[in-house]
Amino acid sequence: MPETATTNEHQAGAEHTPRWGMAIDLDRCTGCEACVIACHAENNIPLSDEASSAMGRANHWIRIDRYYEGEFPNIKVKYRPVLCQQCDDAPCEPVCPVYATYQNAEGLNVQVYNRCVGTRYCANNCPYTVRFFNWFDPVWPEPLELQLNPDVSIRPGGVMEKCTFCIQKIQRGKLDAKEEGRPLADGDVQPACVQSCPAEAMVFGDLSDHESKVSQWAENGRAGRLLEELGARPRVFYLERAK
Amino acid sequence: MTTLAQPIERAHDVIREDLLRPLRGASPLYLAVVGICVLIVAWAGYAWYHQLVTGIGVAGIRRPVYWGFYIVNFVFWIGISHAGTLISAILRLTDAGWRKPVTRAAEAITVFALMIGGLFPIIHLGRAWLFYWLIPYPNERLLWPNFRSPLLWDMTAIFGYVTGSVLYLYLPLIPDLAQASAHTQGWRRKLYRLLSLNWKGSDREWHALELAMKSMAVVILAVAVSVHSVVAFDFSMSIAPMWHSTIFAPYFVAGAIFSGIAALVLAMAAIRRFLHLENYLRPMHFDNLSKLLLLMSLVWLYFTAAEHLTTWYGNEPLENAVLNNRVKGAHAPFFWTMIVCNFVVPFILLGIRRLRTIRTAVICGVTVLIGMWLERFLIVVGTLSYPALAAAWGDYAPSWVELSITAGTFAAMVLLYLLFVKLFPIIAIWEYEHEAEG
Repeated sequence: MPETATTNEHQAGAEHTPRWGMAIDLDRCTGCEACVIACHAENNIPLSDEASSAMGRANHWIRIDRYYEGEFPNIKVKYRPVLCQQCDDAPCEPVCPVYATYQNAEGLNVQVYNRCVGTRYCANNCPYTVRFFNWFDPVWPEPLELQLNPDVSIRPGGVMEKCTFCIQKIQRGKLDAKEEGRPLADGDVQPACVQSCPAEAMVFGDLSDHESKVSQWAENGRAGRLLEELGARPRVFYLERAK
Repeated sequence: MTTLAQPIERAHDVIREDLLRPLRGASPLYLAVVGICVLIVAWAGYAWYHQLVTGIGVAGIRRPVYWGFYIVNFVFWIGISHAGTLISAILRLTDAGWRKPVTRAAEAITVFALMIGGLFPIIHLGRAWLFYWLIPYPNERLLWPNFRSPLLWDMTAIFGYVTGSVLYLYLPLIPDLAQASAHTQGWRRKLYRLLSLNWKGSDREWHALELAMKSMAVVILAVAVSVHSVVAFDFSMSIAPMWHSTIFAPYFVAGAIFSGIAALVLAMAAIRRFLHLENYLRPMHFDNLSKLLLLMSLVWLYFTAAEHLTTWYGNEPLENAVLNNRVKGAHAPFFWTMIVCNFVVPFILLGIRRLRTIRTAVICGVTVLIGMWLERFLIVVGTLSYPALAAAWGDYAPSWVELSITAGTFAAMVLLYLLFVKLFPIIAIWEYEHEAEG
């Protein structure tokens, strides 16, 4: 019976727990910031005005860090998209007094908005500075509130938030695969940033599957991790030519 | 026998009268200061209300400086609270005779500074109304707080410290409350009798009290050291540059005792002057405290030098960013002011015997408080401004809300102290009687 087969296949799939990871090719990144825009749209990230941006209150779960090499006019700009590195030994996790952040079975550092009381200790202890705080209850100028993603909760004022690797899209990918009675395939799940990158500089997938594209990128000779010496064991790999 | 007992009895009466006199009446100056303090505290209360209603964003904190004035004030006030424990517990355990007029003034500082300091971690929360989620209370969802978090250690330590220091203030008050009850009328008489737990002064009661005070002195000493170590752990357990330091715990304890003594000198000078207790708080007491302050200034300098020299010599890029900003960057004016306030001024004014007077002790008390507040500012804001990735560097300036609440806590300290000296004898009366009997 097909129904039984579906169930079996699904169960077979469920035994395998993915370890989500990402690889970003800095030699391909053009710094266009399409990923930043896509992330904002996908994840209901509040907008900030000029004054609060200047103050340092703009929230971008993914941002493009710019580093300049050389002196004008012989200047080279290097772009580095920085998002939550989903560390395996995440410094943000043990310091939270209420367990509002922890690593789930698939390796994601998840943030439990309802549990967060806003000590902001996690943000201080994140060496990548990729955690963001809701200083106020979010408001969207009309009619932007109509484009909010129904799959993503709106965070109230006073709680921390950060990149989730688009956990809602991971969930959707799993449900779709289950419905179609097949295991989740490499490339089924595409976070908004990866999906929107015109230079195809980003790949996302299961690091425990050695055939996956992200594993192959991560094993590339150009691959390395940001602030690897701190020992947080991040799961975002950056590919760049050695100088 | 009776001829010998007569003058001692009279001496008792004089001492009792001297020390109970401040409880009666209130000068216009007293009322004016109380009024001003109430206004400032009320304004700070409004500022906090505004923050609760509007959002923590009305404070000046921002990415990457997620902790600002609130945490600076927290560490500062917990530091001040170390006045009572050091002076009182150490002097009681070593049975130093000159402690008598000093201990209660110090213990009261501890209690009030803890009440004020303990509020800051709550004021600073994004959702302050949920602060009780840090408490391990039984609940239907079986949710526990995270015992691995230094913030939880912190809360546990401060709850313990508040409880202990209230007891430690209260125990030596009991015999005085009984006396005060016998020599006052009306509601005060009832209040004092209630609080004195019907103290009769029997031998059994005295033995129990002595034992309780000695035990509490030992306990409170250990608690005090651990509390400020845990406050230091809030920073040193993280991996942020110049926070992740192994000497932070003793460095913070030393700094706390240092600022605590400074606060005590100021409180004692005010008590001496305004309550006319010159016969009790004598220059000798200020001289002894000045020497302690000088000693702690040198200890503080030693720690500060060790910390900065090690970082400078280590020459690590991430730590260098913080260090350079501190000694020659935007924070340099604060850093060098701190060195002057905490070391240069006390070293000259208290180190040279000719200059060591009550007046210079007060001057040093003020500069040390300023210097120690700046130290906490440099540690909290200095590190957070320079996270590991240079692209995320940023700065911080407080908003009117943080400034108002900060001012409010200083006013609250003065206010609580003023109310305390009107309600309870600020110098332990019975300690003098013991002396007379002994």
